Amino acid sequence: MGKAFSTPKSMSDNYTHYCPGCTHGIVHRLVAEAIDELGIRGRTVGIAPVGCAVLAYNYFNCDFQEAAHGRAPAMATGMKRVRPDLIVFTYQGDGDLASIGMGEIIHAANRGEKFTVIFINNAIYGMTGGQMAPTTMPGQRATTAPTGRDTDQTGMPIRMANLLGELVTPGYITRQAVLKPGQVKKAKKAIKKAFEYQVEGKCFSFVEVISTCPTNWGLTPLDSLKWAEDTLLPYYELGDYKVPE
Amino acid sequence: MAKVLMKGNEAIGEAAIRAGCKNYFAYPITPQSEVAEYLAKRLPEVDGVFLQGESEVAVGYMIFGAAAAGERVMTTSSSPGVSLMGEAISYIAAAQCPAVFVNIMRGGPGLGGILPSQADYFQATKGGGHGDYRLLVFAPDGVQEAVEMTMKAFTLAEKYRGPVMILGDGLIGQMMEPVEFPDDLMTKPSNKDDWATNGMDTRKSNKRNLVKSLFLDPKELNDNNLALKAKYTQMKKEEILYEGYNTDTEYQVLIVSYGTMSRVCKTSIDMMKQEGIEVGLLRPKTLFPFPEEAVFNASTKDCCKAVISIEMSMGQMVEDVERCVKGQREVDFYGECGGDIPTPEKIIEVIKGLL
Repeated sequence: MGKAFSTPKSMSDNYTHYCPGCTHGIVHRLVAEAIDELGIRGRTVGIAPVGCAVLAYNYFNCDFQEAAHGRAPAMATGMKRVRPDLIVFTYQGDGDLASIGMGEIIHAANRGEKFTVIFINNAIYGMTGGQMAPTTMPGQRATTAPTGRDTDQTGMPIRMANLLGELVTPGYITRQAVLKPGQVKKAKKAIKKAFEYQVEGKCFSFVEVISTCPTNWGLTPLDSLKWAEDTLLPYYELGDYKVPE
Repeated sequence: MAKVLMKGNEAIGEAAIRAGCKNYFAYPITPQSEVAEYLAKRLPEVDGVFLQGESEVAVGYMIFGAAAAGERVMTTSSSPGVSLMGEAISYIAAAQCPAVFVNIMRGGPGLGGILPSQADYFQATKGGGHGDYRLLVFAPDGVQEAVEMTMKAFTLAEKYRGPVMILGDGLIGQMMEPVEFPDDLMTKPSNKDDWATNGMDTRKSNKRNLVKSLFLDPKELNDNNLALKAKYTQMKKEEILYEGYNTDTEYQVLIVSYGTMSRVCKTSIDMMKQEGIEVGLLRPKTLFPFPEEAVFNASTKDCCKAVISIEMSMGQMVEDVERCVKGQREVDFYGECGGDIPTPEKIIEVIKGLL
């Protein structure tokens, strides 16, 4: 009997720096599996954000670049335009993509750039220590919103998949979660689909993944899963927001 | 090759193609938008990539992405736009990727004006972005030199694996002059296997490459900065370019001036010569590395009584001139920075005031 489970070739042997209970590790693995299964590792280039995943290149085993805060979609645009044969993906958090990088992501999506975006939405800034993100929920406490997010002052959380789904340009835009095994399986399918669209040269592909941040939420890993399920999912509805014809 | 009459901005675009650069990303800004307009038409003819980005911020990173993939790439902009690219330039320098930036300067600070200026000398030679990096900065004095420097810039960007800047001004971008494109300035792209992120399949070693600027370990960061410093030291040894004009005479005054301003100074020097007044000009063609020794030697010739830096700024290069003269002569300054270029008559009046 063969091995039923092993490390994907597209992952390195390094231990990650991610906190216990953080879901980055799950999503990293799903991306690595998709790259392996499509046999594209040798022509794949990942682009790391600024945020917790800035060190993602330590955990993937393929060419990698590091972007400035929010600029990964612009870097991916430059790379993919001059080398359309490469498979390019960005891996970004919510502070990176939905705050400082809003301009870059909207325009890359609207141009229909043929790369893949993995967007981790955990409703908070992780690396800098739990500050409010554009995705932070109303009333949710953050170090820069000590009494909870006041939507009169800061508006309502931005729903990136919904927003990008409104663009007229064709693309694959989906929101997934990795809070339960069933969701993880679906997220894997979506991530693989996103890379497949790129391999086919079909369209821009974007997978938002609802994730957890036990450390900055001040919850145990298990409570984090429950809080995300109860609080995030009703607002950030899972599903496809755009699929190519 | 026969000379053709071309506008500076268009000639810079054509020079990039002739140097083997088929990738261009830019955002419109006066007075250099003709580069983008020219290349929007021209690049598709050579199967190149033209893309108008959503902002100079994004364009800076499109350049970074393309450069990291190991492809020759250029952008052009003007002062306020180059400020926005400052962030990307810092990252590109730190991550050691070759790229060419052109700044066709307009007046500042702020929105400033759209007329020619040399007020981005500090930005180009001393900073622009954050951190310990330098740009190799070329300062053309006309369309022909802009073409040659643009072509050379790609080779030097690869030699030093870093960003190179052409610092022109609105006049050079807008005026038409006869130009030729020297074939021998087109070089073969360098081997990028050691560093470019263009897919592991492209390398025999099957080793993966990383392009990054984050070094959390103090020793690693210091080492990266030392590696950058070593390149800048090498540039100072190998890349300094300058021109002396009327410096084989017993000149009483030495002008240090570059770009468009230096051409006006040459006219003034010719006019004063007719009156029997000898004035020399030292024109840096590279602003970094700066021709330190040449400025010192020309300033300290026995005949030379005074040194003056003449710029279309409020006094920026003059600080480097003072540094190089090392207190051996008084260093004066004259500059205008509203968009009007000082006339030869005005320069003569200023020089005579020094005698």
